[in-house]
Parts: sequence; C-alpha cells; structure tokens
Amino acid sequence: MAVKPEEFNFAKNDKFRTAMIPGKMARYLRTCKLWQFIRFIILNIKMLIVVSKSH
Amino acid sequence: MARLIVLGGGVAGHTAATFAADWLGRDHEVVVVTPNAKWNWIPSNIWVGVGQMSKEEVTFDLAPVYAKAKITYKQAKAVSLNPEGNTQSSTPYVSIEYTGQGKDGQIEEVTYDYLINATGPKLNFGATPGLGEGSTLGEHTVSVCTADHAVHAAHELQKCMEKMKAGERQKILVGTGHGMCTCQGAAFEYIFNIEHELRKAGLRDMADIKWISNEEFLGDFGMGGLHMSVGGYVVSSRIFTESLFAERGVDYIIGAHTSKVEKGKIEYELLDGSKGEEAFDFSMLIPPFAGVGLKAYDKGGDDITDAVFAPNGFMKVDADYTVKAYEQWKASDWPSTYQNPIYPNLFAAGIAFAPPHIISKPAKSPNGTVINPTPPRTGMPSGIIGKAVAKSICDLILKGKDAPLHQASMAHMGAACVASAGKGWLDGTAAAMTVYPVVPDYEKYPGTGRDTDYTFGEIGLAGHWIKHILHFMFIYKAKLKPFWKVIPE
Ligand SMILES: Cc1cc2nc3c(=O)[nH]c(=O)nc-3n(C[C@H](O)[C@H](O)[C@H](O)COP(=O)(O)OP(=O)(O)OC[C@H]3O[C@@H](n4cnc5c(N)ncnc54)[C@H](O)[C@@H]3O)c2cc1C
Repeated sequence: MAVKPEEFNFAKNDKFRTAMIPGKMARYLRTCKLWQFIRFIILNIKMLIVVSKSH
Repeated sequence: MARLIVLGGGVAGHTAATFAADWLGRDHEVVVVTPNAKWNWIPSNIWVGVGQMSKEEVTFDLAPVYAKAKITYKQAKAVSLNPEGNTQSSTPYVSIEYTGQGKDGQIEEVTYDYLINATGPKLNFGATPGLGEGSTLGEHTVSVCTADHAVHAAHELQKCMEKMKAGERQKILVGTGHGMCTCQGAAFEYIFNIEHELRKAGLRDMADIKWISNEEFLGDFGMGGLHMSVGGYVVSSRIFTESLFAERGVDYIIGAHTSKVEKGKIEYELLDGSKGEEAFDFSMLIPPFAGVGLKAYDKGGDDITDAVFAPNGFMKVDADYTVKAYEQWKASDWPSTYQNPIYPNLFAAGIAFAPPHIISKPAKSPNGTVINPTPPRTGMPSGIIGKAVAKSICDLILKGKDAPLHQASMAHMGAACVASAGKGWLDGTAAAMTVYPVVPDYEKYPGTGRDTDYTFGEIGLAGHWIKHILHFMFIYKAKLKPFWKVIPE
C-alpha cells in the first residue's frame, strides 16, 4: 500500500511530530490553476489594500 | 539652486532620487553617489542562486536611467560626512571615493543642501570567523545577497547536484551566519528553492537539507512572527512555517548563533548555552548587517561619528533610542520622519537608519551570547521611506524651511512580502504575506500587536505568479519606463 506523503514526513523527523501537515486537498489546491487564479485576484486585492493603507 | 545628494542607489536611494528629480524639476540638482554601475532587483537573486535566472535578468545599467532623469550620477562610495563644513566654509559636504567612470580611487568633496543616507547594509561576513573578511564573502560558504554572489552560489550548487547525480549524498545547510542576523526571509526562500530544484531534477532523495537560524521559533522572521486569521482561528506564523518544513522534509536548528565556519563544518551555540557542530557540503549563510562605516567630522575636523551614527554604524534619526526593557518598548519608539536629530538637512532611508531596538523578543544564551534576529527592513518599507523622505526634502526646498515633514513610521505601515518556495509558472509556490503594521503596536492591538484584518498569509502558485510579476514590475519602475510613478513601492 502506498504511504501517504504526510505519514512519510512524520516518520522522518521527531521534530515534525506536532507539525500541521497539509492534506491531499490543500496540496492539490495549491497548484490547481483555476483555484489559484481566483486566489491571485483575491491576494492582489488584499495586498493593494495594505499597500494603500501604508502610503 | 539647491543640491540634494542621495548616497546609495538601491531600493530606498533609487526611489528617493528618482522621485526627488521628478518633483524638483530642472531648477535644483539631485546627485546619486553609489559604488555600483548596475541596479539590482535583490529579491530575484534567489532565482539566480538556483540557476533559474541570469545576472542580466536581475540587473540593469544605472547611467542611462540617471541621464534620462537628469540626475547627476557619481559612481563612487561615500566615505565621510562633514555636516558643518570645515574651517574654510560652513557648507556641508560629503567625501566620496570613485569606484568607476574612469576615476577609480579619486577622492572628491561634494557639497550639499540636503543629504539622504540610503547606503543599505554592510554585509558583515567578518563578524563570524571563517564566514569572510569584512564585507567580503569567505571561501567556505556561498551568499545570495548580491547578484554576483548569487551567480557563484548557482555554480557551486550545480557542482553539488553533479555529485548527487554521481550517487554521492550531499548535506545542504542554509540559514543565518551569526546570532544577530536579519533577512531570514531570504534564506528561507533560498532553502525552499533549492529543495524545489532538487525535486525537479529527481535528486531530492540524495540530499539532506537543514535550516539553521537565530530565530527563537520557526516563522519569527525578525518580526516576532505574525498572527493571521485562518479558518476562524488567529494562527501564529510558527504553525505554518513548521508545517512547510515538515511537508518538504527540511530539518532545522533554531535559536542558534553560528560562531565559526570552516571547510565543510560550522560551530554553533544554542539559546540553552549548549554548543554543537554541523557538517555540510554546500552552505548559504546570510551575514549579519551593519552600517557601511561612514565617518562624520565637525567643522574643526573632530570625529563626531558616534553622535551621528549608532554603534552598529546605522544613522541616528528621529527614533527614541533610550535603552529600555522589552516590556516597555512602544510603537512610538520607531522613527517617522527619518531626520537626523542634530543636523536637520540629513536624513536616512531604508536599511541605513538605526532602528531604536529589535522587533523580536530579545534573547541571550546563559553564556551571554545574544541570539535574536535584528529587525528586517524589507523592500516595501525601504521604498516607502525613501519616497517620504524625498517628499519632505522637496517640500523644504520648494515650500520653505517650515514645511511639515512627511511621515512613514514602520509602526503605522504595513508590508506585503512574497517569499518564494520554488520557481515555475505551473508548479512554483510562494508564501504571500501581509503584515499591518510591520512593527507591532501593543497599545492599539493588545493581543497580537497587529491588525488581523490586514495580516494574512497563504502559500500557493498564485503567490509565485505575484512574485514573478513583481520582478518585472519593479525593474520596469526602476528603469523609469512610462507610468513608472503609478506603480506603488
Ligand atoms: C537575497 C535577498 C532577498 C531579498 N528578498 C526580498 C523580498 O523578497 N522582498 C522584500 O521586500 N525584500 C527583500 N529583501 C530585502 C531588500 O533587498 C532590502 O529591504 C532592500 O534592498 C533595502 O533597500 P536599501 O536601499 O536600504 O538597501 P540596498 O538596496 O542594499 O541599497 C543600498 C545601496 O547603497 C550602496 N552603498 C553601499 N555603500 C555605500 C557608500 N559608502 N556610499 C554610497 N552608496 C553605498 C549600495 O551599493 C546599494 O546600491 C531581500 C534581501 C536579500 C539580501
């Protein structure tokens, strides 16, 4: 049976035992083009708000 | 006609000089004194350091840009300031030593009405035995702080990858080269870009990758970390940073002062006082930063460097430098106009100003070794400060000496930061973050010190797209191409 990536990491290093690990969905969404295009728009708006508050 | 001299053609100095030249027009003179012939978009040095960009893609010649902007360009380094002039004349001047334009080594005294010190950091490799001499990188590690360093780093990384291909397992160590470093973000980007490149090359299994840092916890980044609202919780940056290290299998040593560097090995001391060693085949360690070592003299020629500059070499401005306990630190300690308290025609911008204290919680090992990050002054605050200082000086010149100064306190300013975790239009990722304000204000936001409505972060491909677009946008802006002024700092 294939080992899930998150299982691999926990086993590899004791320091990671309490770390939050992204699951399959979170990892997929990170490079899902459609979702990331939406995030691109949202992130730009959020950043522009902070930029405008700072000038 | 008034003359404004800007020392340093980096992020803060270039922003200040180009805006000042635009606002002042032909009636006044703007002079830039900077030792480099090329402007460098430093954040993209990370990609040069993994062989994904060339030096030419992250730099361009300054001379034609300054000619276009009618800025007098002196390729030289400032050596000393005489803010009261000398016994013959009360006109303030700066002594410079040419590094180019066919005048290498020549000394010149240039008088000024106003001066902005935007000389950035001295890369203080010499602070750690074995890391380098003075501001020169040593032979055991690499750096990505300049474009040339990054080219060298890419070359060394390539050699390391060749060994992996030949079946030789390699140890990669990336982080901070001293207990009082800043710029952890750059090292963070570099380690994850290496990891990404190794995965792409099918070599990830041949490398042990380790992070070493002076941060007390992962995700401190010299800002004491940040809290962001995610999924209805206010979550520390530690959780997300730890998560990324775990996911990408990057081991770490934190709370570490790198005390010595040798061929293939470093020695370090931890916050608990214990000492250790770490071997490496390839290592990039960020040096600590200091001021560039400008001297200052009064009218009679007496040395007043200590009055104008802080002990770390950065220039004193309108900050509250009173030494006080961490619990008493306030957002209002941070400067807002960046005017020197003794000489009102002297300003500092970007990394060159002396911060009143650090931002992270101070920490020492039981042996008395200070191990805490010093405050970052990233690109956005450096640019905003440069522009605000230029505006103040232009107002003083155009509207008179009573014109109010513009303010740009890092305690009232946010910062947007995109940290690359791997380059690629389809498979790259970057952590896109904003913090507001950069310096936590516990009087206004007693919980986390920051406004959680405007402090957020997430990792993904969109972050990479933003980072790559910013690369083109800021180089376009720095070249003063059409509509450059509408691109925010
Ligand atoms: C590898 C790396 C990656 C980074 N990534 C990011 C990022 O992703 N986002 C971000 O916001 N920030 C990033 N930063 C930080 C950013 O580069 C700095 O905040 C910014 O460059 C500071 O601007 P500055 O003008 O103060 O200094 P600099 O840009 O360093 O400019 C200083 C200038 O002064 C000149 N100078 C030096 N000595 C003298 C002298 N004696 N006389 C005259 N001139 C002198 C130098 O040659 C230089 O041109 C990164 C930094 C590094 C090292």
